[in-house]
Amino acid sequence: MPAPQTAPPNATTLLHLARVNLQHGEQIILQNINLAVRAAEIVTLIGPNGAGKSSLLRIGLGLLAPNSGEVQRARDMVVGYVPQTVAFDPVLPLSVARFLNLERRYPPARAAEMLTQTGGPELGARLNAPMQTLSGGELRRVLLARALLRDPDLLILDEPGAGMDISGQINLYQLIQRIRDERGCGILLVSHDLYMVMAATDRVFCLNRHLCCSGKPEAVQQHPEFLALFGARAAAELAIYPHRHDHEHGLRGQPQPPPPARDAGHGCQ
Amino acid sequence: MDDFIWRAWLGGLGVAILCGPLGCLVVWQRMAYFGATLAHAALLGIALGLALSWPLQLAILGVSLAVSMLLLSLGDNRFIASDTLLGIIAHGALALGLVLLAFLPGVQLDLHGYLFGDILAIGRADLGWIFGGGCAVLLALIKIWRPLLALVIQRDLALVAGVQARRIRAVFFVLLSLVVAVAMQVVGLLLIVSLLIIPAATARYFARSPEAMAGLAIVFGGLAVSGGLGLSLGSDAPTGPAVVTIAALLFALLGGVRFLHRRRGRIRIKNTGRGAAD
Repeated sequence: MPAPQTAPPNATTLLHLARVNLQHGEQIILQNINLAVRAAEIVTLIGPNGAGKSSLLRIGLGLLAPNSGEVQRARDMVVGYVPQTVAFDPVLPLSVARFLNLERRYPPARAAEMLTQTGGPELGARLNAPMQTLSGGELRRVLLARALLRDPDLLILDEPGAGMDISGQINLYQLIQRIRDERGCGILLVSHDLYMVMAATDRVFCLNRHLCCSGKPEAVQQHPEFLALFGARAAAELAIYPHRHDHEHGLRGQPQPPPPARDAGHGCQ
Repeated sequence: MDDFIWRAWLGGLGVAILCGPLGCLVVWQRMAYFGATLAHAALLGIALGLALSWPLQLAILGVSLAVSMLLLSLGDNRFIASDTLLGIIAHGALALGLVLLAFLPGVQLDLHGYLFGDILAIGRADLGWIFGGGCAVLLALIKIWRPLLALVIQRDLALVAGVQARRIRAVFFVLLSLVVAVAMQVVGLLLIVSLLIIPAATARYFARSPEAMAGLAIVFGGLAVSGGLGLSLGSDAPTGPAVVTIAALLFALLGGVRFLHRRRGRIRIKNTGRGAAD
């Protein structure tokens, strides 16, 4: 990797991408991307299918090397990664507890507590269930618990709300905000859930191979390139969004008591 | 009982202990054909060993390692599917080995013994190889077990968590090559893969954790070796094939028992349901 030419904007920058280009053969996948994630900040990547969101995430994770550009990561940074989908092969017997303890052994009480935090007591009670028997929503929350057990400085999530119903998504994005507030870790996520993104994000990067626009959610919504990509209708629907859901559902759809009230529209610090 | 029977039994058990956990890793990574390729290439190792008058195990190990590295470096060839590549290397090496053997002057060779194993011919030196090499393999395996398992289960998550994928996988290939070199004596190079995958597959019926599966695979491998040796002594059946036959029978039998047990469980549930309705 070439020596950094520019210093990160400030000391708490966790991840800093500068002039990143990625090509696959002739095809340009990412062009001149500049992006930074700081501690205690929620940064969201949005963009249409094929915009290069997942590739950018993989570059940030260090799983993919860009053709050119700089990738700087804070020293000794612990990264928690929650992939979008993960298949667990039934030829390998694996319980939830064993999966959570794969790289390092944690006290059983801590693993159960983390599952309860991300998925409620019913998930906390499934420590001994085989991984293959989890539903999609449960699996996503187990993956999140595993990432949080590592006590990450930077949490990277790939479409955390995909395949969930609206109340499940609201519940999840509130959890993500709570994680940021309580731990002060930086969060970088890819999302298709425009409504949720706008309510629960500090900065939005709108990506379509290049960075179309970026900034605070309210500003990005007005940007002509955003409107061109997602349509004026989506923007209009977003404008009426910041509503409060008055009750919650558990992972299996049963109603649950609401969490402490929190205005989803004002997450910035 | 005669000494050679004890040696055969001990050697067989030693190999079963190695094949248990390694076989699970082969099964989990769907590498059965890879194992077969290493085993077939072992014949080339034997031919080279005889030609250069090296210890055979060492020559086999060298060829296995060379094949592993070749496969690793050719792994991302997009024009040849990996199973095609494995087939080419497996049979190419086997054929080349046979051709080389034919050209070696004055070599009286028990080809049958190499192909199907000669467990009753295990000598003290062989036992030294099996247990000395075996201890080294097990120690190394214990050391890399956790990161290797993480890689096998979820590659990306393991990489993000800092697992050194290339190093860990290289160590795994060395261990697999060592086990192939050692197990050849017991079941022969045509049947090595069966000793790796059949006990592991049988263990999967009962195991609830990766470690339990590895342990159970050792147990089923040990049973197959003991039963096969007994069968061979009692009936003059060739020992290597007898061992594999017992392993396959165990797999089929326990699979059948489990299937019936599950079905009965399901019928019982249905019956109670009806009883409650009455």
